[in-house]
Amino acid sequence: MGVAFDEMGASGDGCRPGYEVLKRWLDSTPPDLLATRRAEAELLFRRIGITFNVYGDDAGEERLIPFDIIPRILTKPEWSILSRGLEQRTKALNAFLADIYSKGEILRAGHVPDDLIYRNPYYRPEMAGLKLAHDIYVMIAGIDIVRVDPETFYVLEDNARTPSGVSYMLENREVMMRLFPDLFAEQRIAPVENYPDALLATLKSVAPRSASSDPTVALLTPGPYNSAFYEHSFLADKLGIELVEGRDLQVRDNVVYMRTTEGPKRVDVLYRRLDDDFLDPLTFRPDSALGVPGLMNAYRAGNITLSNAVGTGVADDKAVYSYMPEIVRFYLGEEPILKNVPTWRCREPDALKYVLDHLPEMVVKEVAGSGGYGMLIGPAADKKSIADFAAKLKANPDDFIAQPTLALSTSPTFVESGIAPRHVDLRPFVLTGGDKVRIVPGGLTRVALKEGSLVVNSSQGGGTKDTWVLDA
Amino acid sequence: MLSRTADNLFWLARYVERAENTARIVDAANRLAAMPIAYAGESNEWESAVAATGTLGLFKSLGREPTAENVVDFLALSPENPSSIRSCLERARVNARTVRTALTGEMWEAINGAWLGLRDFDRLAGDRLKLNAFLTYVKEASLRFDGSAYRTMLRNDAFFFSGLGSFIERADNTARILDVKYHLLLPEHESVGGGLDFFQWSSILRSVSANTAYHWVYRESVKPWLVADLLVLNEQLPRSLSACYARICEFLDELSLAYGRQGPAQRVARSTRNRLQNATLDEVFQGGLHEFLTELIGENTRLGQAITDQYLA
Repeated sequence: MGVAFDEMGASGDGCRPGYEVLKRWLDSTPPDLLATRRAEAELLFRRIGITFNVYGDDAGEERLIPFDIIPRILTKPEWSILSRGLEQRTKALNAFLADIYSKGEILRAGHVPDDLIYRNPYYRPEMAGLKLAHDIYVMIAGIDIVRVDPETFYVLEDNARTPSGVSYMLENREVMMRLFPDLFAEQRIAPVENYPDALLATLKSVAPRSASSDPTVALLTPGPYNSAFYEHSFLADKLGIELVEGRDLQVRDNVVYMRTTEGPKRVDVLYRRLDDDFLDPLTFRPDSALGVPGLMNAYRAGNITLSNAVGTGVADDKAVYSYMPEIVRFYLGEEPILKNVPTWRCREPDALKYVLDHLPEMVVKEVAGSGGYGMLIGPAADKKSIADFAAKLKANPDDFIAQPTLALSTSPTFVESGIAPRHVDLRPFVLTGGDKVRIVPGGLTRVALKEGSLVVNSSQGGGTKDTWVLDA
Repeated sequence: MLSRTADNLFWLARYVERAENTARIVDAANRLAAMPIAYAGESNEWESAVAATGTLGLFKSLGREPTAENVVDFLALSPENPSSIRSCLERARVNARTVRTALTGEMWEAINGAWLGLRDFDRLAGDRLKLNAFLTYVKEASLRFDGSAYRTMLRNDAFFFSGLGSFIERADNTARILDVKYHLLLPEHESVGGGLDFFQWSSILRSVSANTAYHWVYRESVKPWLVADLLVLNEQLPRSLSACYARICEFLDELSLAYGRQGPAQRVARSTRNRLQNATLDEVFQGGLHEFLTELIGENTRLGQAITDQYLA
């Protein structure tokens, strides 16, 4: 892997368009001032209380996610390509879900093998034939984008279930505006603070037809022990909606109510941050204490909108991912604006053979995995882990896909040794409502703080940056 | 608001109040236990401290001897005691985190700070200086929480539920402390006026932080029936049962006003308040202080249940 593309173009005096102001500022700012600012930023985050819980870590039950004070910048033309690509991709995802849960035309046309869908653990037979309000399944998508050169953006993952991280996008911006008001005054940076408004408008726009003209929206959380609980309470607060747990809800005559101090109150839209499996113990996992008995009946009766819909996981499955270019072409009749990373489906014998032969160069992921767990990064792995992984792969080839190791772009990052390039990705949030698609310019930039590392997940030593989209 | 949110606020306030009360009880017992027997008497201060927190049954079922070390550990830090100071602050913090958005930033910082600071106190038994520092720490944490609630919260249902939690817990506590020591207050007690009782009564006053208040109100030496008068009937003392019920009724009235209807909780509270307002010291002692307090503790528990049924369930 050669030297990765740097988004600022750090070598030499010049820099890439959009970075002029930042570069000048970085060049003229002594490192100790940067360190002071970073300490101030950390204090702000600590005071706000942004933390995340790490599963399987006894000692620190709540941790602060590392924040890098050097922003990542996108120019207006770059963003305009990205946002068109994101909208296109999300439309295709929604059309695909509506299709596979009704007629299954794409399967009959032979573009996607039907066993990949019907035998997928995230396919929900309960959804088959169900007509959703506005035919929207994925109201909130967090599509992970990586970049390898000035022109090429790849979609790495379509997070179509319950993507998280948007609270960091918002808080990072708050902190940056407090610490670096001059940088914001010198150039036009598109605001992100309207995200909660856009989200609420989106959620209200998909209310069931039986709801009143001012539908009641609530956010369903698994509770304070969930790793993203901070984000749940943050969003509920910003949206001005109740943060409910399963036990706060009850279903009567197929209508969902929340228990309030003034008696039961009807809920029309649930922004649920609880996985399908736990939603309703009568339909899914019977041992779930987090869900609401009867919720699926209310859903089928059309009295509540779940956002995202049940069963969207089948669309962000990593094996289905590999068919996304065909999916875009099939439903929209357009060429995909955003590229897919070339993907070998290990379920196919030829692909499996190729992958096994090239393991040290590849990234192998579990089809159903997330959070950066259960994957192999060939170039960074030693011989033993490669051999171990090969055995796992041979035992269950269906569970894996493989991709070439991408030279993810880097962004200047303030680390112990000073300013150095670190690999980044980008998660913009795409909101699809009954009226229109809303995308707040920006997103969450995640950065792998360890030198050379390609894993940006916060659970594995990743940090975040503010993401600036220049408006001129 | 969500019933669960109201329930969390109610219990959050109760846990904080309970932590402070327990700290005061340990403090009073600690002083008394340090005195020569001729002053403090032979009763086991430590056992009655456990009794005053209402956890004597649990303490005994764990097979512990009521020694200073065992009781300090049990009341202050023990995870086996759901009402120990540490358990209370931990549960308060879990509740606070769950209803974070219903709290003001100052309240959250008060509770989160109190919880974070617990790490500095991992062992207390046998270290009196550290114990004193811990008890002061707990009292200050509770004052900070109360103060920030009082100064920063909107006067809406969140404030009322949190206030109800504080005062119901406080009423329970004052009644229990008095009840555990009631034998000392009986007028026929053989050594009335003796030096021994003086320190015992002072210790009761100390455990509800009313030592100075007593002297301001009565301007005479500590008399048992006046101690009872102060703690039960005197509305000026913020920890007296009368004062607690005045506030409880106020919060419940605010709630019925905000929600446009009232229910059993308002009726139960008002009847207890009337009883306290109309009682005289003579009547209380005639019927038996212990009986009176036992009934009040029962009514207080019923009120808690009525609030739960009406709003929190």
